[in-house]
Amino acid sequence: MYSFIKGIAASNGIAIAKAYRLIEPILEVTEDCIEDVEMEITLFVNSMKTTQTELEFLREKVRKEQGDEKALIFDAHITILNDPELTDAVKNSIRDEKSNAAYALKQVSNMYVGMFETMDDPYLRERAADIKDITKRLTSHILGVRLADPSLIDEEVIVVAEDLTPSDTAQLNRKFVKGFTTNIGGRTSHSAIMARTLEIPAVVGTGVATEKIKHGDLIILDGFSGKVHLQPSEEMIVEFQERIEEYQMKKAEWAKLVNEATITADGQRVEFASNIGSPSDLEFAIANGAEGIGLYRTEFLFMEAEKLPTEDEQFEAYKKVLEGMKGKPVVIRTLDIGGDKKLPWLEMETEMNPFLGVRAIRLCLLKEDLFRPQLRALLRASAYGNLKILFPMIATLDEFRSCKAIYLEEKENLIASGVTVAENIEIGIMVEIPSTAILADQFAKEVDFFSIGTNDLIQYTMAADRMNESVSYLYQPFNPAILRLVKMVIDASHAEGKWTGMCGEMAGEELAQPILLGLGLDEFSMSAPSILKSRSNIKKMNKVEMEVLAAKALNCRTAEEVLALVKE
Amino acid sequence: MVQKEFHIVAETGIHARPATLLVQAASKFQSEIKLAYKGKEVNLKSIMAVLTLGAGKGADVTITVNGADEEAAMEGIVTTMTKEGLI
Repeated sequence: MYSFIKGIAASNGIAIAKAYRLIEPILEVTEDCIEDVEMEITLFVNSMKTTQTELEFLREKVRKEQGDEKALIFDAHITILNDPELTDAVKNSIRDEKSNAAYALKQVSNMYVGMFETMDDPYLRERAADIKDITKRLTSHILGVRLADPSLIDEEVIVVAEDLTPSDTAQLNRKFVKGFTTNIGGRTSHSAIMARTLEIPAVVGTGVATEKIKHGDLIILDGFSGKVHLQPSEEMIVEFQERIEEYQMKKAEWAKLVNEATITADGQRVEFASNIGSPSDLEFAIANGAEGIGLYRTEFLFMEAEKLPTEDEQFEAYKKVLEGMKGKPVVIRTLDIGGDKKLPWLEMETEMNPFLGVRAIRLCLLKEDLFRPQLRALLRASAYGNLKILFPMIATLDEFRSCKAIYLEEKENLIASGVTVAENIEIGIMVEIPSTAILADQFAKEVDFFSIGTNDLIQYTMAADRMNESVSYLYQPFNPAILRLVKMVIDASHAEGKWTGMCGEMAGEELAQPILLGLGLDEFSMSAPSILKSRSNIKKMNKVEMEVLAAKALNCRTAEEVLALVKE
Repeated sequence: MVQKEFHIVAETGIHARPATLLVQAASKFQSEIKLAYKGKEVNLKSIMAVLTLGAGKGADVTITVNGADEEAAMEGIVTTMTKEGLI
């Protein structure tokens, strides 16, 4: 019978496809005493062969889709799988102790994992994860349980999962994955951001998706309304099919605006830039009409690496982006690690409140050996384009001054050693912490620009953890309190002849843009797929009218009142 | 039996990808192949044993090959080590 479940509409679009449940099975390994040693050894050897075939398949697939570099990990896995020390130990345990294969493997694997986890070298510590991964794969074959593996998907599906980690989403194949729905998450969780980047519809935070949706069921995913339709009727399928076509036509219409500037109906110009996570996102940003890069999140360069990227490696990445944008503005944010983002090779203390702890600039100022090479790489790259450097999580002017002092020191040293550095590099700060927004008039005298990070600004202003669904109702971009903070920052920058951008989710929100335009925001930086649609909207708006709307919004009492006002 | 000593010059030592390739190269041969460093000897066909040996930059290691294809094996190992910049 037809029914639907509701979640948060995290990424636009509609998909009709079979459900693919991406759920980790529980691999329960018990200790059994076996009688037929040879049979158990054969089971183990056969499971090894199946695992080998699977890993080879994955290696070739990844090699084809993502290149040799990404396929290397599977080579390493295959080598570990065939490690004679490991396989002999398992066989001996089956033979001598009459252990069952799964249990023998578990014992041997645990020993190696323990050994690697306690090593001093961070690279070797990471290998423990490889051993665990292979053990899981091998155990699943011994037990005959199907493992969830997004990279094995080979038909059009809608992925159904508890949650999707960044590495899960990275493995999703755009050709086959038409959308996804999860139990947990919100509009700003990684899975949601990834869906918008991949331009596939997503409904997150349904609470019950994995419970209600069966593997192989045909479902309709509506990323506009946040609904997932289960067991839809023929008529519904036809209706949604039409809506998919309609949406595609609209998208074709927006595509015509790729090379146009963003100008309002009354001739006011603003800049629509794109957020990117790596140089490989650049092409996509340009194809979607970005007038600049409003936020290059450098942390992904660090998170994806096996060790600290060298100054030269960083330089190459930054240079690529600057060159690629051909003189258009590129705002590069220095390392924003901590909170929910960790580096595998960097030891960090466990904190009670990681979002309130040593993250972003706080970490960089503590660990100058991370910070200085990045600044040098940025300075060296500055010669290749229009660079602006952005420091994240600034709470006090002292922090900004410390950053600037280190920056100037590195700059002087480079120039003294004959390196070409651009003359006009702007340095700005993220406004994410209420203290900085409130004191923006003083900051504006010393910084070159502001970039408002709304996700964090809202989280810190409302004191509501954005990872915690129970308080997700407090994520209120339209709360007048937030709008007033945004206004303070914009006004402060303009009073000093500086500019303000916004790189949080809010900048790409269709309903927020009229207000932001009215408040005088200079630069809107969003995920690439939002740019053209937003540009088509802005072209129809009159800035003077939006100023009136913004003034009204500032005097509303609740977020609901503001939303009602905008919708009107 | 063939035995040879090597001085490791690679920045990261016998590590990561070079280690994997070295083990893969060794595994192609029938002979028993041992890698010794600081008095500890491990099976060169075992990636985990090789990694736990911790032979870093500047390490002096000894490789001993014993078996029917020992000459070819040593040759293959030297080729891989040179190609991967280990020695």
